[in-house]
Parts: sequence; C-alpha cells; structure tokens
Amino acid sequence: MINNESIVEEVVGQFGQKVFGFEEPFGLLTFTTNASDLVEVVGFLKNHAEFKFAFLTDLAGIHFPDNIGGELCSVCMLHSWENNIRVRIKAFVPIVDPKVPTLTTLFASANWQERETFDFYGIEYTGHPNLKRILNMEDMDYFPMRKEYPLEDATREDKIDALFGR
Amino acid sequence: MKTKLTHYLEDNIPMAENTLILPKDSNDALALNVPMVEDKQYSTLNLGPVHPATHGIFQNILTMDGEKIVDSEQTVGYIHRAFEKIAERRPFYQITTLTDRLNYCSSPINNFGWHMTVEKLLGVKVPKRAEYIRVIMMELARISDHLICNSILGVDTGAYSGFLYVMQEREKIYEIYEEVCGARLTTNMGRIGGMERDLSPTAIAKIRDLVFNSFPKVWAEFETLFNRNKIFRDRIQNVGGISSARAMEYGFTGPNLRATGVDYDVRVIEPYSSYEDFDFEIPIGHKGDTFDRFMVRNGEVWESLKIIQQAIENLPEGPYYADEDQYYLPPKKEVYSSMEALIYHFKIVMGEIDAPVGEVYHAVEGGNGELGFYLISDGGRTPFRLHFRRPSFIYYQAYPEMCKGLTISDAVVIMSSLNVIAGELDA
Repeated sequence: MINNESIVEEVVGQFGQKVFGFEEPFGLLTFTTNASDLVEVVGFLKNHAEFKFAFLTDLAGIHFPDNIGGELCSVCMLHSWENNIRVRIKAFVPIVDPKVPTLTTLFASANWQERETFDFYGIEYTGHPNLKRILNMEDMDYFPMRKEYPLEDATREDKIDALFGR
Repeated sequence: MKTKLTHYLEDNIPMAENTLILPKDSNDALALNVPMVEDKQYSTLNLGPVHPATHGIFQNILTMDGEKIVDSEQTVGYIHRAFEKIAERRPFYQITTLTDRLNYCSSPINNFGWHMTVEKLLGVKVPKRAEYIRVIMMELARISDHLICNSILGVDTGAYSGFLYVMQEREKIYEIYEEVCGARLTTNMGRIGGMERDLSPTAIAKIRDLVFNSFPKVWAEFETLFNRNKIFRDRIQNVGGISSARAMEYGFTGPNLRATGVDYDVRVIEPYSSYEDFDFEIPIGHKGDTFDRFMVRNGEVWESLKIIQQAIENLPEGPYYADEDQYYLPPKKEVYSSMEALIYHFKIVMGEIDAPVGEVYHAVEGGNGELGFYLISDGGRTPFRLHFRRPSFIYYQAYPEMCKGLTISDAVVIMSSLNVIAGELDA
C-alpha cells in the first residue's frame, strides 16, 4: 500500500538531508529540495518501480518576497496514475541568482510550463532547450508576476484605502 | 462506476482491459520524420494568427518542403489577459468571472471547479442537491464543448451540415444556462457553497426535454452523417497519431489522452461533486489519431447524457446551498429588505472576510482535460498565488511533433481535433 508515509520513508532513505520541509496540506504530500538536487529527486520518483510518478501535472512559480535567500520558488506537482497519489516538490532559489535545472530531460511537457514560469518570474531553467518568453512580448524587460509590481497604481488617490482594505 | 474499453470504435482491435498501448503498436510511425537538409530552400507559411482553423488567435509558423511540413513553431499569447496577476488582487467571488473566460466553450465547469477549490480551502460541505445540480450543468457544458469541437472538425474538412444540426442543440443548452443563471456564454454560475438558486420547473422541463427527447436523436443523426462517411474518414483516419507513452510525457489529459488508450479521467480517479454516484463508462481509443479523438468525444457525449439522465431522475430533495453565511451570498430578497443581509452581502462582495491560510490543489475534468486550480492563501482577502493548470496550454506543445511530415490539410484537422481554445491557452 503506497501512501504519503511510505513515500516520505523512501525519499528520506534515498536522499537524507537533501529533502526537507515535509507537510501535507489537504492530504497532498509537499516537500522541499535544493535546486541542485531537483532533477535527481524528480527522476527518482518518476522511475521508481512502485511509485511511478510518471505524469507532470503542473509546474508553477511563486514569489515570496519575505523569504530572504529563497525568494523565488519553482513548484512542480507529480501524479502517479497507477497509485492515484500526488506529490508536490518545491525548490527555493534566491532572486539575485534564480537558477533551477530544467525538468525537460524528464518530461516533455515541462518545456512550455518552464517557459511560462521564466516569463513571469524570471526563474532561469538551466539546460532548457528554448528558454524564451512565451505569453508576454519578447522585448519586455521585467518579470510581471513578481510581487514588487502591483496591479494598480499605488499613487492613486481617488479610492480611500481604509474603507476597501486595498 | 466502471471503466472499460469502448464499443464506439468500429474497427476495434481486441485488447486486454486496462492496458496501455505500446509505442510499437501505435501509429507513431505515421508521423514521418523529414530531416532538415542544409542549403535546401524551405518555404515558410504562417497558419494564423487569424485563420479559420485556429479557433481563436494563435500562430503556427510552418516550415514547408513543398507540401510537407518539416518543422513548425507556435507563437501564443495574443489574448493573454494576466488572469493570475489580476486574481492576486481580487476577492474569491470576483475570480469566478475570470474563470469563465478560460475555456469559454464550457464555462460552468470552470466556475464550479473554482468554487470547489475555495470550498476545499474553507472546508465547506456542499449539500447533495447542489452537487447533483452542478453535475447536470457541468455535463451539459461538456456536451456543448464536445459538440462544438466535433462539428467544427466537420466544418474544417468541408462537411458543413452536421455543424448546423447540432448548433440548434447548443442553443437549447444555452437556454438552460440562461434559465439557471441568467447568462449564456460567460455564465458566472453558482456560488461558493452551492447554487445561487434552485432549478426552476422550467429549467427541469428544458433539461428533461433535451436529454430524453431532442438531443439523442440529433446526436445519432450527427453520427450517421460522419462516423462511416468515407470522405470524412479518409481525411482524419491515421492522421496525427500519438502513442500513449508520448502523450503522457507531453501532459495530455482529457479526450485527447483517452484517444491514445489511457483511461485516465479525473471524474473517476478523484471523484468530486458526487460523481461516484453515477454509472458511466470512459470511452477510449487505441491509436490516438484524429479519428480516435473524434470518436472518443462522440462517445463522451453519450456518457454525459447518461449522467444527466441519472442525475435528473434521482435529484435529491433538500437545500441547494451550504449553511455558510460567511461566503454564501444572501438571497436578493433579503438583501433588499433586511439590514443584516445587506451588510453580509457587502462584506462578501468586497471580500472583507479573511480566508484561512492554506495551500490547495483541486482538479476537475474540463472539456479538454484536467483543469487544475492551485491556490495559496496567506490568510488575506485575496489569494497569495493562484495558478490555473490549463490543459490546452500543456498539450498544445505536442503539435509540432504531431504534424511533422504531414500536409497543411492534415495540420488543420489535427489542430481542430485537439480542440485548442485560445482563452485557455493564454489565460
């Protein structure tokens, strides 16, 4: 029987200190790894004889401005169809040097998803075959989903902030 | 609930149940690999941004050797509207209108998918009646989505009449939407915690008439027009095949994946909204070509009809919304007559209530595949991060591989049968 505990046991047994921060929000096993170990960890889960996490469901970026030294996060979600279990793996990288190794060597579907994450967060996927902007125009020189770019003009004065909690 | 191989395919190759198709048995070999030769002159052809076959705005730059496609590159993002960024400044109710505009052929699925994500975060238990109503509306949306895809595939191959027959039925589905929520295309249907109002007798009568009387006849007629039509089958059979292994690697979900022979369906593997109560089958194909995608969608329409028939026959009595006064909008009648309801209405609409802290992923089976909502809440009125897993965006990257070595007319039907919706592609 494969459940979150057996995955934790196996992953910790294989990687030891390289994987940490285990939690289960809403039953979905989530853990963190170093960016340099990401491909190894994901590859291990993908090729594991029992787990068979052979499907990359989702790949997204997150910006945590308060997490100094690991402001940007590349999160990927794997799904094992045979065991019907999901796992979420995060890798935090500093915003000054946001380099994460690419997962395109393992999953072809990571190609555009990594391009999208690069486009919006500026996470550079090293080894990606075609890392360029995908949804925004190519001469854009900033990464719009980062938290320092507010949606509305902060100097706007026609709305009273205290009333609307903005 | 059962999953088994479908009988919808006529030249059914006998297979053991629940087996994947090995790449050597699939028709991957049909996708000819034409190598690029140096010093040779290739011509470039732009298929799109506005082309009748793109169904939205996105561009395919094809490199052609005579009539053969040797390479292609996609340019997407023409209608990118920054939904994920906008969502970071909006309270939960105001995000529902954004989800409408993802896959606008099946808006109710997106709406309810988003509402279910929020309900998962809040821990709301939705009453059975509301779940059944949601199932009815979601399956109607799936029917209208597949109906558009398949009939437009006919139009793209030059068979116009099937499209006109089924558009009449889509109109009836939109009339049901109108009766339930007041809108037709961008529905904004439902509420967090249930439905905004119960199904009216008129709506029930219309749904009954559609699923028991008019629609099955029209769909059967549509199938007789196409399924054994020699000209149509010559155009789409053995075109754009992909093996199950390759499809999995490319992140295929939904009908396009099931056409390759994998019976993965979110409704079955992770049932939401009481899908476990219904008896239906998952149609699958075996070659993953355009014909299989067409037939799988045809089969799914019949299965959706079965689900709606069961749901409307066994519609449970009881409340149609959860007792969740912090998030469920009070009825309009009370808003206009009582002070307390007015205050709650204002607080909910303006998002004055802080959501709990949490990280939640919820997936529903959209018209094109697994539509996922990845929501991170930091305890504020708006999401800290909201990511849409959009099936079209993920599987469309396989398109160059699928049309390599084929001709323009094949490229058009492959694109049409993949059902790439520009709104979902770009978000």
